[in-house]
Amino acid sequence: MPLLEVTNLVKHFSRRRGLLAPPSVVRAVDDVSFTVDEGEMFGLVGESGSGKTTTGRCILRLIEPTSGQIRFKGEDVLSFSRSRLRLARRDMQIVFQDPFSSLNPRMRVGSIVEEPLIIHRTGNTAERKARVAELFELVGLDPTQLKRYPHQFSGGQRQRIGLARALSLNPSFIVADEPVSALDVSVQAQVVNLMMDLQARLRLTYLFIAHDLRLVRHICRRVAVMYLGKIVEMGETEAIFAAPAHPYTRALLSAIPVPDPAASKQRVVLDPSSFQREAPLRQIGTGHVAAV
Amino acid sequence: MSEVRSSRDPLSGVRDPLGSGLAEPVSLGSRIPDPGSRLLSVEHLTTGFDLKGRFVAAVIDVSFHVAAGETLCLVGESGSGKSLTALSIMGLVQPPGRIEGGRVVFKGRELRELPEREMQKIRGAEISLIFQEPMTALNPVFTIGSQIEETLLVHGRATRRTARQKAIDLLDAVSVPEPHQRVRDYPHQLSGGLRQRALIAMSLACDPSLVIADEPTTALDVTIQAEILDLLRSLQKKMGLALLLITHDLGVVAEMADRVAVMYAGRIVEEAPVTEIFSAPAHPYTQGLLASIPGGAPGTKLQAIQGTVPPLGELPPGCSFTPRCPRRFEPCPKAHPGTTLIGTPTSDPGVRQAQAGPSPSRGGPGIPDPGRVHAVKCYLYSDAVDPDIRDARTS
Repeated sequence: MPLLEVTNLVKHFSRRRGLLAPPSVVRAVDDVSFTVDEGEMFGLVGESGSGKTTTGRCILRLIEPTSGQIRFKGEDVLSFSRSRLRLARRDMQIVFQDPFSSLNPRMRVGSIVEEPLIIHRTGNTAERKARVAELFELVGLDPTQLKRYPHQFSGGQRQRIGLARALSLNPSFIVADEPVSALDVSVQAQVVNLMMDLQARLRLTYLFIAHDLRLVRHICRRVAVMYLGKIVEMGETEAIFAAPAHPYTRALLSAIPVPDPAASKQRVVLDPSSFQREAPLRQIGTGHVAAV
Repeated sequence: MSEVRSSRDPLSGVRDPLGSGLAEPVSLGSRIPDPGSRLLSVEHLTTGFDLKGRFVAAVIDVSFHVAAGETLCLVGESGSGKSLTALSIMGLVQPPGRIEGGRVVFKGRELRELPEREMQKIRGAEISLIFQEPMTALNPVFTIGSQIEETLLVHGRATRRTARQKAIDLLDAVSVPEPHQRVRDYPHQLSGGLRQRALIAMSLACDPSLVIADEPTTALDVTIQAEILDLLRSLQKKMGLALLLITHDLGVVAEMADRVAVMYAGRIVEEAPVTEIFSAPAHPYTQGLLASIPGGAPGTKLQAIQGTVPPLGELPPGCSFTPRCPRRFEPCPKAHPGTTLIGTPTSDPGVRQAQAGPSPSRGGPGIPDPGRVHAVKCYLYSDAVDPDIRDARTS
């Protein structure tokens, strides 16, 4: 049984255009379905505005979806009461993209990591302090720096703090929303290695939201490609990279800058008339579907 | 069906897109790049900040040149001093920052000695700057048309009557669709990619010979990035532009650069033609950067460079990379290494191994071709180190 099952997820944002004009509707997530297996790092890729972040937040109910179904460990997340949802959130956490704005600049980093434990009334003061120190070690930070403020850390270290906070309640599932895209290249590799290491050690499952396809190819076994609120292609990462079926996926893959000056620069330009937006996903190969 | 083409050519079908309406019409491609000529040369530039009574250098003894029509990529992580180098060239360093020393020579003129009035004539007209974030570089309360027109009027490249048409032609030249409508749009009405195109149009308004682009595609999606890079490349070819491209993305470097200068902690640690940087990186930092690009067997650990970039003003003694360097040895923490030329600048890069060992041509005889120089600041290649110790390290 998959750990997470998302079925026909829809999120519409309505936007007022004026006092009398009818509100316009943005279909940010438009009938998205996928499953994530336990212990998997599942990639969700797409450009800004494709709905990948909204999808991630709907799963945690940080945004209430318009319709659809989300089953986590077999339970219907959308039917959870407030108190049941709070309990569920121990098990599903999020790491944000921007390590600068996602940490409160006025709080010491030790308190930032401890805060989820206080909110969920876990342990006494001494137990919490010990847990925070343990988490710091787990993510490769020096526990003697607990009293410092976020600005005293580099971007990579801050993202480790964000990871420590997400891990504080022992979750089994983490939505990682572009966790390394704000980091320098040499530091990205450190944080990605840490995430893979933690995945193995703590049996974590990730929904890895990204736009860096080179990285996704390296770390995700399966991937879904989103375009304008819909999944246009999904399957084994290697199968998709070897033979992208959807015109958008082809354009996306060809746009990746190749770190080899001798590589041929064959660019595929997306022609929106080359595919039907409403086309259903159909089987292309083993474990490989595309909306063509 | 999606269309496959080798490179986009936004200027095709546009007749003299940048020349119309000019007092002195220019024909595109009239400036044929001379590979040997140095359009810009930066010599021993040191720039930093006066902080609490102490001068903290963020750009340290940086020297490089850009020849007419070529692309030099300045690569480095945040805090390595690449943007400050760009601002120093443009004479835009604001207090508490200041240029401590060095020369910036553009077309034979030392820019640092020019009075501000003269510098203003060069800035935006002969050298223009494209910023990373097109939203903050554009003024939100003026239409993009009026902002392009302002550049033209300030530099006397158009009259009030011709400016609007010239702005439309410029937008057309950078492949903005429906330029007649877009010219009346405010920046927030455009997408990120269109904003960056508008900014490029503005930077090209006065037909510069050098464009400095500071992370021009970092804020953009990968498909839009590809379009902007293609656009820059084709404009460069058409107009004979020299491009100083500042980036941290080695994929962008591989696609765009003729030559590459790698910066770390304020210094250029390696400079080489692009093919050599990728086929035979010499500095351990360059090697680490290349190795950390995802691309190995899926699921395997990425090769990270340990540690972080040292903060400004807290540089370790000696070579700044020493604490993170997997190949450090005795001389590294003592003093910063000088520049060593490796290989013969004209040799076939495929011949030499990735980790260049001792070669008889080190520090090569005669005057090397400046466009082919492979220079590195690292004791692994330095003649100042006892050859026995050094060679034991390089092998």
